[in-house]
Amino acid sequence: MPEQLLGDITKFLPEITLTVMFLVAICADLMFRKSPQIVAGITLTGLILSGAFVLNQSGMNESIFGNMIAVDPFAVFFKVIILMSAIFVIVFSLSSVELQTASRRLGEYYSLLGGLALGMMLMAGASNLLMMYLAIELSSVSSYILAGFTKEAPDSSEASLKYVIYGGLSSGLMLYGISIIYGLTGSLDIYEINHVLAQGSVSGSALAIAGILTLVGFGYKISAVPFHFWTPDVYEGSPITITAFLSVASKAGGFAVMIRFFKGVFIDPSATHLPEGMWASLSGFEWYHVVAAISVVTMTLGNLVALWQDNMKRLLAYSSIAHAGYMLMGVVVLSNEGLAAILVYFMVYLFMNLGAFYIVMVIANKTGSEDVEDYKGIGKRAPFLGVALTVFLISLTGLPPTAGFIGKLYLFAALLNSGWIWLAIVGALNSVISLYYYAKVLRNMYLRSEASEKKTEMIDIPRVQVATVLVLLVPVIALGLYFTPLVEMAQASVKMFGSP
Amino acid sequence: MEFSFLGIGILSWITFLPIVGMVIVLMMPKDQRDAIRWASLTITALQVVLAFILWQNFDKGLAGINTISGMQFVEKASWIDIKSVAWFGRVHIEYLVGIDGLSVTMVMLTALISFVATISSWNIEKSVKGYFALFLLLDTGMMGVFVSLDFFLFYVFWEVMLLPMYFLIGVWGGPRREYAAIKFFLYTLFGSVLMLLAMIALYFSVNVYIDANGSILSVAQAMAQGTEGLEKIYTFNILAMMDPGNFAPDSLLAGVNTAWRYIAYVGLFVGFAIKIPSFPFHTWLPDAHVEAPTPISVILAGVLLKMGTYGLLRISFPIFPDAMHHYAWGLALLGVISMVYGALVAMAQTDFKKLIAYSSVSHMGVVTLGMASMNTQGMTGAVFQMFNHGTITAMLFLIVGVIYDRAHTRGLNDFGGLMNQMPKYSAIMVVAFFAALGLPGLSGFVSEAFSLIGAFQTFQTLTIIAAITIVLTAGYMLWTLQRVFLGSIPEKWKNLTDVNNRELIMLVPLAVIVIFLGIYPSPVLDLMNSSMNHLAGLVQEASTAAMLGVR
Repeated sequence: MPEQLLGDITKFLPEITLTVMFLVAICADLMFRKSPQIVAGITLTGLILSGAFVLNQSGMNESIFGNMIAVDPFAVFFKVIILMSAIFVIVFSLSSVELQTASRRLGEYYSLLGGLALGMMLMAGASNLLMMYLAIELSSVSSYILAGFTKEAPDSSEASLKYVIYGGLSSGLMLYGISIIYGLTGSLDIYEINHVLAQGSVSGSALAIAGILTLVGFGYKISAVPFHFWTPDVYEGSPITITAFLSVASKAGGFAVMIRFFKGVFIDPSATHLPEGMWASLSGFEWYHVVAAISVVTMTLGNLVALWQDNMKRLLAYSSIAHAGYMLMGVVVLSNEGLAAILVYFMVYLFMNLGAFYIVMVIANKTGSEDVEDYKGIGKRAPFLGVALTVFLISLTGLPPTAGFIGKLYLFAALLNSGWIWLAIVGALNSVISLYYYAKVLRNMYLRSEASEKKTEMIDIPRVQVATVLVLLVPVIALGLYFTPLVEMAQASVKMFGSP
Repeated sequence: MEFSFLGIGILSWITFLPIVGMVIVLMMPKDQRDAIRWASLTITALQVVLAFILWQNFDKGLAGINTISGMQFVEKASWIDIKSVAWFGRVHIEYLVGIDGLSVTMVMLTALISFVATISSWNIEKSVKGYFALFLLLDTGMMGVFVSLDFFLFYVFWEVMLLPMYFLIGVWGGPRREYAAIKFFLYTLFGSVLMLLAMIALYFSVNVYIDANGSILSVAQAMAQGTEGLEKIYTFNILAMMDPGNFAPDSLLAGVNTAWRYIAYVGLFVGFAIKIPSFPFHTWLPDAHVEAPTPISVILAGVLLKMGTYGLLRISFPIFPDAMHHYAWGLALLGVISMVYGALVAMAQTDFKKLIAYSSVSHMGVVTLGMASMNTQGMTGAVFQMFNHGTITAMLFLIVGVIYDRAHTRGLNDFGGLMNQMPKYSAIMVVAFFAALGLPGLSGFVSEAFSLIGAFQTFQTLTIIAAITIVLTAGYMLWTLQRVFLGSIPEKWKNLTDVNNRELIMLVPLAVIVIFLGIYPSPVLDLMNSSMNHLAGLVQEASTAAMLGVR
């Protein structure tokens, strides 16, 4: 048994690295109060090191610590997404004016970012309901603090408080759902729960109640409607860097844990008559209909409400709600193909969404405003940023030749191939709606010019920031024109431990 | 590969040359306006030269349409190749371009209109660099649509046009440009997402075999030679989609006259009909035309509208002949409604550009009616009408541009008696107007006559109604001529100057083409003849088989 434990620890190195980094960062923060860059450096090093360990895990397909955590290609993929976005966000933070002017100690900020990343990493691998719950809580608690980090900003404290209240409510409901599942099946281990459920002795309606209650917790993390109420306020009130991180990494963690829960618990292992790569749900609780309904409501409401937004952060917040809706469509189809489509979408979403947020931040650094109205004339004043933001927004809409199109293409393909045609049509029409608000930003940047004289000077941005934008911009176009590596990686990453 | 330079075939050159031009333009300093204009003009002139070479070397005997051996100047390369996994087959997308009698005319038209529109763009003064960069990107998108033989490639080019067009209308347009630009964008995107879904559904329905060298074999060919060493894949290849034998038996779009085939057809049709634009999807067009700057109106009317009808002929007709047959009457009806409605609304206009915009709706109705007949005359007439409408309407918009540059108004009732003031201008305008109303001896007559003759064999009543529209067209065209040219000239227009040399350079070649093809249409008709014959045969044969219930 101890040998087993020691062996498992070596497979837990990415998380251990992050934990050590977290502790070192806290100590460093105490020692070097005046120079938060040191803490940032430590966090960055820890993240990169952890990333190296994660890449080392590729190809592994095991479960460690007595089925607490799975180390499989699926988890590795999401860990990569989370670490990449964490690294980007640290780089963003280094040039954020908003953060530099906050009077709180920035060292804390960086160490908490590390803690947040750790929670999300655990979400990606958790395969025990208790572990899932703890991972979600770990990431939530860190993000509550980070959301309120710039507490001088008027909305920041409000955002943080709203986040806590909604978070508390949803994790309470989720815990209740988990306890019902435990009561019904006598286990917290998703593989064992599945085993018990497969015998068919559990009441379907009780299971449905428990499943939906648990879904509340996941829905909160991925900000699916109707659990999304915190999202716009928190996204608007938090520092942009945190908003960007929450919109990508937090969703990634949420999707990872949700997919693993549904696929692990509710898939019928005895259904062997299906073509390879298709799954069947256990009878009793047809959860995928619930997910389909949530998906439709999420994308439609996200897109429709985004139409009325005039703050860039709020606009992107609602847009990210809509994107969660698109990705949920991939869960509905119950197949590896749908799963691969979600993974493709996530990788693309990482670049295009972080890119859009970063440009909003760079522009806010210079103009001090996140108002869509203040984007008038940006196309002239900052040609490079204007073109880059255009590409990111077009990619978010899903037009070729950008990578966003490939994400949508794979999602729609998965839906059509498995007969969910109405859902594909709803998704397609939603991307038409989304064009309107993305184009609103384009309109302000290029079609309208600022009337007042003093706002016409050029916006100069440092080379480093240009380079950062390029690192995000190039994949968005390159993966749109040549998506072979992206799809191959996604297809290799759908494998989950314990699933056929 | 005979026609290649630097190892790249002529069709790739003609398609991607504008992208090269765009990069050059983007690298030029912003204040070198004339250099940017000349660079763009050189690029589009080179395109015309390439189009001329294509025309000279085009083999009129080859039909094309559904056989790769009948396609000319074919270029093929593997673009996306994702190896199969246990639960998902290999994805193989080709860069496949080629032209036949249907597309060669459109390629020539695109090159010509882009060149003319570049000359017409000379007096654009606002952000010249941005304008020409977007213009050239648009050019690539248009050319790409007409040469693509792979649906995925076709779709990418189709969508690439949207963004430049949005900006070209939105930044350089008239007072209501914002509204017009976003309306154009939303309408077209709505159509294209439906097309996207139909495209994916087709992809999962069509099987082909691929060998180790990456050559594609149809199911029939593979069965004949044995499937040893071959891999079965789905495909976006448009030609493979035309072969009913390639449809997997239990797939969504297999069979004939099934509900899903009709739905997929309607999805595609809406995508194309918005571009045509056919009634009731036409409302974006008047706004876009009125607000767009002159050269962009020329491009819109001259080339963009043709993509809708081209898409129907290239994709809907040969892939869904059964659905086509099922909906032929509806298609013809929409064509006739567009004709009558467009003509009636045009008659009520007092804005010169709006008048021509609605006349476009009316003239594209002729194209729709002609192709709905599904016989050789009708389809030949339709394609010829596409070409002629491209040249004639381009002329009309240029003519409006000329007068607008001078008078800064487009109100028809503001003018009068220009005949004496601007004689050269009037002569050209008379040619364009008479061509538009279908006067014998000018190109518009030939194509309208062909379309109506073809249509009459299939839809007598509708064609009679359509023929009456010609009178309406003559009515509003002549009335416009009268309002602008005859009578006495208002005092304020006494100082208007006649067309200058730059304007003559763009107008005269178009006028010559219009007159020449009116007297001697064979050079263009011969190009498309065998292709149209073949397409008509293909559609007739398939739909007859469908009617008899043969699978």
